Parts: sequence; structure tokens; C-alpha cells
Amino acid sequence: MSQDVSRAKRNRILLGLLPLLIFSALVGAMGYQLLFGKDPSLIPSALIGEPVPKVELEALKQDKPGFGPADFGPNAGNDQPILVNVFASWCVPCRAEHPIISALAREENIPVYGLNSKDKREAALEWLNELGDPYTRIGYDPTGRAGIEWGVYGYPETFLISPKGEVVYKYVGPISPRVLKEEFLPRIEALRAK
Amino acid sequence: MIAELGHYALTLALAVALVQAMIPMIGAARGDIQWMCVAIPTALVQFGLLIFAFLALMHAYVTSDFSVVNVVENSHSLKPMLYKVAGVWGNHEGSLLLWVSVMALFGALVAVFGRNLPPALKARTLSVQAMITVGFLLFMVLTSNPFERVFPAPLEGNDLNPLLQDPGLAFHPPMLYVGYVGLSIVFSFACAALIEGKVDAAWARWVRPWTLLAWSFLTAGIALGSWWAYYELGWGGFWFWDPVENASFMPWLVATAMLHSAIVVEKRDTLKSWTILLAIIGFSLSLIGTFLVRSGVLTSVHAFASDPERGVFILMLLAVAIGGSFALYAWRAPSLSGGGLFRPISREGALVLNNLLLTTAAATVLLGTLYPLLLELLTNDKISVGPPFFNATFVPIMVPLFVALGIGPFLPWKRADLTPVLRLLITAFVFAVAVTILAGILIWGQQAYALLGIAVAAWLVGSVVTEIYRKIRPTRSVGFGQAFRRFVNLPRAAWGMSAAHFGIAIVVAGATGASLLTTEKIEAISIGQTVEVAQFDFTLTGVTKVPGPNYMATRGEFTVTPRGEGPDKSFTLNAENRQFVSNGQVTTEAAIRSSSWYDLYAVLGDPAGQGRYTVRLYFKPLVPWMWTGALFMVLGGLLSLSDRRLRVGAPKRSAAPALPSAPGNPSPTAHPAE
Repeated sequence: MSQDVSRAKRNRILLGLLPLLIFSALVGAMGYQLLFGKDPSLIPSALIGEPVPKVELEALKQDKPGFGPADFGPNAGNDQPILVNVFASWCVPCRAEHPIISALAREENIPVYGLNSKDKREAALEWLNELGDPYTRIGYDPTGRAGIEWGVYGYPETFLISPKGEVVYKYVGPISPRVLKEEFLPRIEALRAK
Repeated sequence: MIAELGHYALTLALAVALVQAMIPMIGAARGDIQWMCVAIPTALVQFGLLIFAFLALMHAYVTSDFSVVNVVENSHSLKPMLYKVAGVWGNHEGSLLLWVSVMALFGALVAVFGRNLPPALKARTLSVQAMITVGFLLFMVLTSNPFERVFPAPLEGNDLNPLLQDPGLAFHPPMLYVGYVGLSIVFSFACAALIEGKVDAAWARWVRPWTLLAWSFLTAGIALGSWWAYYELGWGGFWFWDPVENASFMPWLVATAMLHSAIVVEKRDTLKSWTILLAIIGFSLSLIGTFLVRSGVLTSVHAFASDPERGVFILMLLAVAIGGSFALYAWRAPSLSGGGLFRPISREGALVLNNLLLTTAAATVLLGTLYPLLLELLTNDKISVGPPFFNATFVPIMVPLFVALGIGPFLPWKRADLTPVLRLLITAFVFAVAVTILAGILIWGQQAYALLGIAVAAWLVGSVVTEIYRKIRPTRSVGFGQAFRRFVNLPRAAWGMSAAHFGIAIVVAGATGASLLTTEKIEAISIGQTVEVAQFDFTLTGVTKVPGPNYMATRGEFTVTPRGEGPDKSFTLNAENRQFVSNGQVTTEAAIRSSSWYDLYAVLGDPAGQGRYTVRLYFKPLVPWMWTGALFMVLGGLLSLSDRRLRVGAPKRSAAPALPSAPGNPSPTAHPAE
């Protein structure tokens, strides 16, 4: 009888401790995620490791070609990694990252293809006139169809394509100097070292 | 200058809160009534200082003082006055200031209106409340100062996120905060009771009005947020199971459970330890919600100002506040003795079932919200848990809850016999079946699942009406005149319960209509073309540019004619796309026409080439009921709050307190009415 009572008492105490234990585990998990976790805004792209999407993009400018799958990889006579930068004239963060994209194209000597999506041609041309045109090729995608093929999620977005024509990395949002230094440059170096 | 005074008031409030956190607690432990009474002036002064700080920030917004960083980042001189004011809480620092101000408001309310509380309980409650405030004020002063200056001051601000520039959302955060933070005072009451080691019927009666107040505002806040999402996000949804929505919904579920379990504590002196636990969990979930929004641990449409450093601070705050209260609970709860016994089939049993289902629902939502986080920790996989999970788990929990809700109020306390109760409910059952059959004929060929929602809603309405009828005319010998007199004299708490339960029924019907019976058409049409949606013809009659105060709108004009009616019965819907001047962001303003049975909903999308526009058109039956139902629930809460019973003292209990009372308990029992 007294054994039952003490067992009941012990159960009560354990039951009382249960919320504390569950909560401690939760705090541990949240703390770990906070300190060592990855940025949750990094959306993995289904395209990583895959060849570039098979869409042909018409040219935005008269004197500069658009691009399609044939403009990547060894068949295009290309042994360089390539960046594909999705931009639009109405996108304010695109304006913010534009100097970095320009510097990247100039200083790293890397071809950057522009993907002008959901934009008006005149507005895009004016935008490039104002801010400068660092792009090797610019594809024009007024309806956003090609954007869907590329899995574009937000503006701007930048893809890194290997010399073999495969998507290596994708970054959503404007490239900051930190992102450039920590995410893009090491990957570009690695691709060139191969 | 005013901004500096605001900052000073904020710091001073921190000092006052420190005094309020310590002196009354020590006084209560030593039985020193003067030290305990320090809680009252400190609570009032602290509230005054925080209101001053809040008004100082509001002044900076209203006058567009761009030398304050916070104003630069979230305001714009062209913005309409309403949104300048709403901008105060539309950002991290300002919303924290609102949070602590509301916390202090509740402390001040307890200080003023808690005259009939035992001094020791009151002192401890205000002290615990001040401890949480200290945590938040430290957080603000150290990491998130809303009054920080910038030099040189820019000429123009960055503007508030255009999605937030909306009347519905201007009032959504304050409502929600009063709800969230209102739960803090319930939490403080629970901690104070645990420190005292005594929970009784009187405690339950003191806590109940605060829970009701917090619950009513939380309900209103959630409904406003949902309404905003419905008309502003432009795809006609009203609930997205987004982490931050869940963060407000979980405390609501727990607070609802607690409202019901506190009745059992009050009437039957049992379920005490459980009710205390719910009080702690309710506010803890509010805090966890804040953490999830502010730390960037989870992605969400609401995630603003995510910053790891702030995240670490909030996590520590959580660990201390919640961990501390759970430790207190683990220490004290085992010695809280249970009171009255009851059979499974009884009013108590029904309320326990209600509690089990509501807390299971809350746990399910918590699991769904945190699952991506936990899974990534364990397997490094990245997944998102979306509506399918919640629909698959939440609905099966809610359906038995609603069915039981129809029966519970008829059961007597202690023990009950189900048969006579079910006999009483035959009319309600027949009503539910009849409505379901009728609905089945009306929506033939659409979602059969929807009939379940309609059946549940009709059953609840039938039960609520039967319940009132039984109360005013318990037997046939009661004449109709007498029944009418009883009807008029029903206590407000009874009206409150019926209104809230009726509201649930209406919300269920509305949600069923919105999610299962909607007709949707997405097409690209040019001006003059017509789209048929359910029983209506939508014609796009024109697209014009209309300037707004800080945006340029593209307005699509739709002429809608009910099928088979002449043009005299037609009306116009104006849907807009607004491009904001300051940052180019575009928002959609859906055109909505509500009638008592349905909403018509039109959205103008992007140009689709060759002069065509993408349009999204919806016929949404029963949707207006959702907001009406929420209104009934809030009204029910407030009615119950106004019941006279809550303002008079609880009956004195002669029994000795469960624990030998702590040294500083001058008065272990309730004080009679003022």
C-alpha cells in the first residue's frame, strides 16, 4: 500500500518535470539552429547539378544576342564558369546589386548572362543605359515563362553555371560584398581549378 | 529632444520595473505589507513612463522626424496619417515598445482593479509581471533602441512595407498584442499561485476575467489578420498555416482550453495543476511565437528584422522565463491536491475532453511548425510543412471537439446519464440532418467533404438554441410568459457562452465555404470580354491609371451581372494593382462584394500582352460568415467578462490551504465584494 503511494508520488513528480524536460529539448534545438544552423532563406534549387533549362531567350538589345542552352557548356566553345543574373528594371534590389555584378564581370573576367524577366523592353534598355551594361548576353523574357523554367523565385537571382553547362549554385536576393566573397568567389575559383 | 526624452523614459521604466520585480516579492515572502504595496505605485509609474516613450516615438512618426533611424526605415512623408501612426508598431523596435507598453498596461490594470485580491498574491503577480517586463526592456535598451538617431538626417524615409499599409493591418498588431500580452498576466497569476503553493476556487475566479479579456482580443486580432490576408494578398485564401499565424493560433487554442478548465477549478476545485500548466503554456507559446518571428529561425511571410544577435537574446529570455516557470511548476505542482471527483460522463468529463482535444490541436500545430527545424537538425533535409499536413491532422481533431461541444453544456456536474441528454438533442440532430441534406442538394457534384463542415455547423447551432431553450423552459409546466422573463434575465455569462459557441458554428460554416465550395476562374481577357463564374457574368469594362497618395494604381473595372438578370441588376467591382512610389513594390487590392450568403472577389493581374489582362475571379459562398462568427466569439467573451459574478468576491472556502501557507500570507481566503 505504502509502496503504491510512494510510486504515485514519484509519478506525480516525474509528470511535473515533463514540461521542463520537453522545453529544455526545444530550447536546445532552437539554440543550435540559431547559432550553427543555415540561413532558412536559402531555398535549394531543383536545378542544382542539372544542365541549364532548355529555353531559348530572344535578345533584349539589337546589338547583343539572347541565349539558350546551346550557349553554355563545351559545345559553345566555352571553358569558363558563367553567371546568369535575373533582373528587372522595376526591381529595387537589382539596382542595389548592379555595381557588384558589374565589378564581377570586369575584375573576374567572367561572362554574365542577363535574364531580363517580366519587364518592359524600353524600361530595361533605359535601366541599362543609366546603370551600365555588364552583360555578355541578355535574354528577354517579358512574360516570365523562362523565369519559371529557371525556377526563379524572387528578384534578383543569380545562378552559377559550370563550364560543362550544369547549374552549380543559386543565390536568391541581391548579392552583397559578403555573399560575393563567401559564396561566389570560392565556387568560381573551384570551378576554374578543375 | 522628444526622442531623447522617450529613450530616457524607457530606461527609467527599466529601473522602476526592477524595483517592482524585487521589493514586492521580498515583501510577500516576509509578510511585510508595506513592501508588498510598493507593487502598486511602481506598476502605475512604469506604465506612465512607457506610455510616454510610446507617444514620443509616435510623435517622431507623425512629424516624419527622419533624424530617427526607426522613422527613416519605416516611414515616408507622403504616407497617409493612419499609416504613419501604424508605422510605429510595423517594425521590430516599435512593436517591442508596444509589447512592453501593453504588459505595463495589464500590470497597471491589476494594480488598480485588483483591490479585492489578497495583498500577497497581488504583490507576487505584479512582481512576476515586472520580471518579464525587465527582460523585454533590457532587450530593447541593449539591442533594439527605437530612438536611435542618424546624422546627417536623410530627406526622405524608406516607407513602410506597402502590404502593411492597410486599415485592417493597422489595428491587427495592437489587438493581437493585447491578446498575447494579456496572457502574460495570467502567466504571472499562475507563477504567483505556484510560489504561494495555493490554488483554489477564488484564484480561478480572479484569473478568469483576465483570461477572457486576453482571449477576446486574441480572437479579434487573429480574425483581423485573417481578414487582411483574405483581401490583401489577392488569392482569396484566409489562413495559410504560416509559422507566424500558427504562433498566434497556438496560444489561442491553449487560452481557449484554459477558459474552460478554469471553470472546473472554480466550480469543482479540481484540475488545478492542469490549469496552472495551461496558464504557463499559453504565454510561453506567445513568447516562442515572438522568438520564431524575430530570430529568423524559421522563414515566414512575417519574418521582419531577423537578426541572430537578437535571436540569442530572445532565446535566453525564453529559457529564463519559460524554463523558470516550468521548474517552479515541477517543484510545486506535485503537491497541489486535487479536489472533487467526477465520472467520465459529466460536465467535468466533457470539459476535460475539450481540454484534451484543444491541447492536442495546439501540440499538432506546434509540431507542424517546428518539424522543419527539428528535421533539419537531425537529417539536414530541408522541407516545409504546408496546409496538407495541417488539414489532415487538424480537421480530425476539431470534428470530435465540435460534436462534443454540442453535448457538453447539457451534462450536469459530477456524474451524468447520456440518454436523457441525447433525447433533448434530438431536435438539434434532426435540424443538422435536414440542413445537411438541403446543402447536399444545393452543392450536388461538388466537394462531399464540405457536407461534413456544414453538418457540424448546423449541429452546433441546433445545440446552442436547444441549450438556451432548456434554460428558460426546463419543463413544459413553465409558461411562455415566464420563459420570456427568464430569457431576459439570463446571466450575461450564459449569453456569452452561447454567443461564443454560436460564433464557432458560423466560423466553421464560413471556413467550409471558403476552402471547399469556392469557384475560381483565372483567365487572360481583353477589355469588353466576359467570364462566367458560378451564377455571375464578370465583364472587364475598363482599365485606368489612378494616382494615390504614395502609389500609382492600375484599376480594373468589372461589371458583374447575375445570370439571367437585366443590366439594371448589375454592379461594378473595382480591383486595383498599386505600385508604390518609394520602392516600386506592387500590392493587389482585391475588389470584394459581400452579401449575406457569399462573396464575389475579383483581382486584376499583370498585363498578358495584346491588351489582355490576367484576371482572377472567385465566387466564395459563406465566406462573410467567418468574420461574423469571429465577431460573435469576441462578443461572447466580452459579454461573459461583463458578468456581475466576476466582480463580486468568490465564495469563502473554510478548508485550509493545500500547503502550509507561505510565511507572508496574511489572508489566505477571498475578500468579500467591494
